[in-house]
Amino acid sequence: MPSDTRTATLRDAIGLGVAVGLYGVAFGAAAAGAGLSTWQAVTLSALMFTGASQFALVGVLGAGGGAFAAVGSALLLGTRNTVYGVRLAPMLTPRGLLRRAGAAHWVIDETTAMAVAAPDRELGRLAFWVTGATIYLGWNATTLIGSLGAAALGETAQAALDAIVPAAFLALLWPRLRRGAPEAAVQRRVALGGAAVALALTPFVPAGVQVVLAVVAVALAGRPRTAVTP
Amino acid sequence: MSSGTLWAVVLAGSLGCYLLKLAGLSVPAAWVQRPWVTRVVEFVPAALLAALVAVQAVASGRDLVLDGRLVGLAVAALALALRAPFIVVLVLAGAAGALVHVLTG
Repeated sequence: MPSDTRTATLRDAIGLGVAVGLYGVAFGAAAAGAGLSTWQAVTLSALMFTGASQFALVGVLGAGGGAFAAVGSALLLGTRNTVYGVRLAPMLTPRGLLRRAGAAHWVIDETTAMAVAAPDRELGRLAFWVTGATIYLGWNATTLIGSLGAAALGETAQAALDAIVPAAFLALLWPRLRRGAPEAAVQRRVALGGAAVALALTPFVPAGVQVVLAVVAVALAGRPRTAVTP
Repeated sequence: MSSGTLWAVVLAGSLGCYLLKLAGLSVPAAWVQRPWVTRVVEFVPAALLAALVAVQAVASGRDLVLDGRLVGLAVAALALALRAPFIVVLVLAGAAGALVHVLTG
């Protein structure tokens, strides 16, 4: 294998890991704002280790939502990783229960994107493991920094943090809506529908439940109405 | 919510998300690669993230409140449209939120 493609893969993987690690500060701060202790925030980053689900969980808790709504929205976003796993399984071919259990923990947006984009299978595996390791270290370290930093914030800084959380969700959503994204027009309609249903339900249901109901409503609205011929 | 309940939420959510990942590497591909499954998975994030954006920006319990969060969100949208990096988007949104807080007391 040419060593320069290997170096390029390593550089990209580490670069992405460092960039993504910055999200961890925002997550740690959001978790602290939602009332999670530093240990709880770091445990989420170490054990859940899938950013959007973690943001959803603390977002629902921060809005005063209950346990089931919080876990439910985290799981809804986590279903993505199941599909990624199916795509990665032939490439990673993890032998043995332990290897598979270890690989599964790092099946997330970024590792999948890097592995799938690599020029061949061997570099794909390298990209998966290096991206996974870099992000895992960076994400946990910056979660700790964000959580500890937020605990020391005053009232104005707390107002800043309150504004950062919805902005972080928007930044996660944005690439799906951007012109040129696959089916951007449908994604935009889905996003508008989700936001509208959630806001309409807010006065009537316990906090956090409207988020889960919005997803269910949009999924039902988009269901196939005619029998699909295979 | 008590610390014990929070721990239960943290651990249950983590276990569930891990099992979803493990399932992808373990189940036969045909189970997951049905058209309706891939369709739902493709669009759930947009609906869920948009719902979270809306709720986090204006909901306060069961009330809708207009404050610095919405201003911060507008600033973030503008920054994203101008292709600003993630960290810049967050800093600008936070600064806008803090400014509104200071101005409105």
